[in-house]
Amino acid sequence: MNALKKFLGLVWMLLGPVIILFLFMQASDKIGLAAEGIDRTNTTLQWSIIILIFIPICAGLVIFGYYAWKGEYEHLPESSSEL
Amino acid sequence: MRSENPNATQSITQVIAASSLGTLIEWYDFYIFGSLAVIIGQQLFPSDAGASALINTLAIFAAGFIVRPFGALVFGRLGDLIGRKYTFLLTLVLMGGSTFLIGLIPSYSSIGYAAPILVLILRLVQGLALGGEYGGAATYVAEHAPVGKRGFFTSWIQTTATLGLFLSLGIIVLTKNMLGSEAFADWGWRIPFLVSILLVGVSIYIRMKMHESPVFTKLKAEGKVSANPLKESFQKKANFKMVLLALFGATMGQGVIWYTGQFYAQSFLENTCKLDFNESRYILLWAILFATPFFVVFGSWSDKVGRKWIMLTGMLLGVICYRPIYQYFIDATNVREFEKTSLANVSEPVTERGLATNKTDSLITTTVVKTLASGMTFKEVKTETIAAGQVGSLPESAVAIKDVTLSSSTYIMVIALVFFQVLLVTMVYGPIAAFLVELFPTQIRYTSMSLPYHIGNGVFGGLVPFIATLVASFSGSTPLSGLWYPIGIAALSFVIGAVYIDNRVDNNVMD
Repeated sequence: MNALKKFLGLVWMLLGPVIILFLFMQASDKIGLAAEGIDRTNTTLQWSIIILIFIPICAGLVIFGYYAWKGEYEHLPESSSEL
Repeated sequence: MRSENPNATQSITQVIAASSLGTLIEWYDFYIFGSLAVIIGQQLFPSDAGASALINTLAIFAAGFIVRPFGALVFGRLGDLIGRKYTFLLTLVLMGGSTFLIGLIPSYSSIGYAAPILVLILRLVQGLALGGEYGGAATYVAEHAPVGKRGFFTSWIQTTATLGLFLSLGIIVLTKNMLGSEAFADWGWRIPFLVSILLVGVSIYIRMKMHESPVFTKLKAEGKVSANPLKESFQKKANFKMVLLALFGATMGQGVIWYTGQFYAQSFLENTCKLDFNESRYILLWAILFATPFFVVFGSWSDKVGRKWIMLTGMLLGVICYRPIYQYFIDATNVREFEKTSLANVSEPVTERGLATNKTDSLITTTVVKTLASGMTFKEVKTETIAAGQVGSLPESAVAIKDVTLSSSTYIMVIALVFFQVLLVTMVYGPIAAFLVELFPTQIRYTSMSLPYHIGNGVFGGLVPFIATLVASFSGSTPLSGLWYPIGIAALSFVIGAVYIDNRVDNNVMD
């Protein structure tokens, strides 16, 4: 199980940047498709908020993967004194 | 039964009632805005569709996705510094006050752009307050609960989000039915907002009489209150890794299951299956009514068998069952196919003439009500647009289906399938408060559990409609394609939870 936890850690580390890249590609695509004027401003605003909020979440996923890779989740704390 | 604090004069029942009532009202306040968004748009926003959409984007996106997690940090920190009781009392005042004030905002035609700006500000305050409420209430109840009953007692708090939705739908449908559609759209929509102040007043009165959490009181007496909860929660690796685990292995999947079962289902029935406004809401109301007791059932069961596998089973069943369920919704409401073989009656056409939205072209709408042999009915609306100055030319026409009502057997089947989805919500959501409380130490519990909860629910869950619509817009997509988002997120969370989360129940939350 610990080997699986470590291996999946690599997957999570890769998944974070992939999601961000996917979001940027979608944002560029959808903003380009929106009609010029307020419709485009609105689409840009929506995607800016989504990317703004997902960058730290994806960074969190990469950190989670790194911790998993380093074996931090092999033993979970059993009392608050371990935190 | 008494709480664990020997000096406390309040029973655990009072603790649960006071906490749950306030949280229920906060959810009610948050949902009525979403449920009445269209009418609020018509009354308080400019008629220019573009500007209106822009303000709406800010109100929905900013309140749900930015301000809510920010509220979790602000009030979580406050709750770990000054205590649970006063913090979640403050969130209740902010939420109730802003909801009441939304009901008082004059229309756009009276005060112009001040109306949507006020709505936006008050909506942001609502998001902030909601971000602070849940963590406080869950922590407060959990810190009063006896050993071995934490899942059971906190599950009452878990019912409040669903009951808040139930109450908001119920009051809206009731007010609309009593006043009629026209009066409701004109001024009656304000009633659900104004009613909130009475509910909040009662809840504040009850909460004022409650004592501080015994665990926090002890911590404070010993001088062990955290000096900087944010730093300890997110800069200390041992704790931060648990925040990440809570988010990716539990709340992320729980959030999408919650929003799919209770919002996407109703929205899909109304917008994709073209079900009648009231019918789609009644279906959800029945499903919620039957499923709500299961929050307590699964919360209580989690005290015996652990939290992990109940939550993960709910996620896995969602991953497996969503597509067949929504395929049934489409098949069961395919009136175009049904009318080919079982059309029983067609009403006399009703024709209305008016102006198109551009105020220059002419619009002719012809509506007929069709009844099928099974008892299903639907409206077929033919719209013809004649361009200004081109009388005599062929009009542009379009035919749309709306206001579908189901036959009795299909109606029951659809309720059963929405009930099943809400049942999955109770599996993932019933035990989660106890799970989160047990994951973090008392000093930083409010802060540490609030952030993953509100990112999971506010961001991952709240984005279900947006991303589902986005996915459905990809080339080659079908009406079911939008489901890949909740299915994918729930599957990811299931794998992370199954591999990394421990099923152990921590009996000691005093540390």
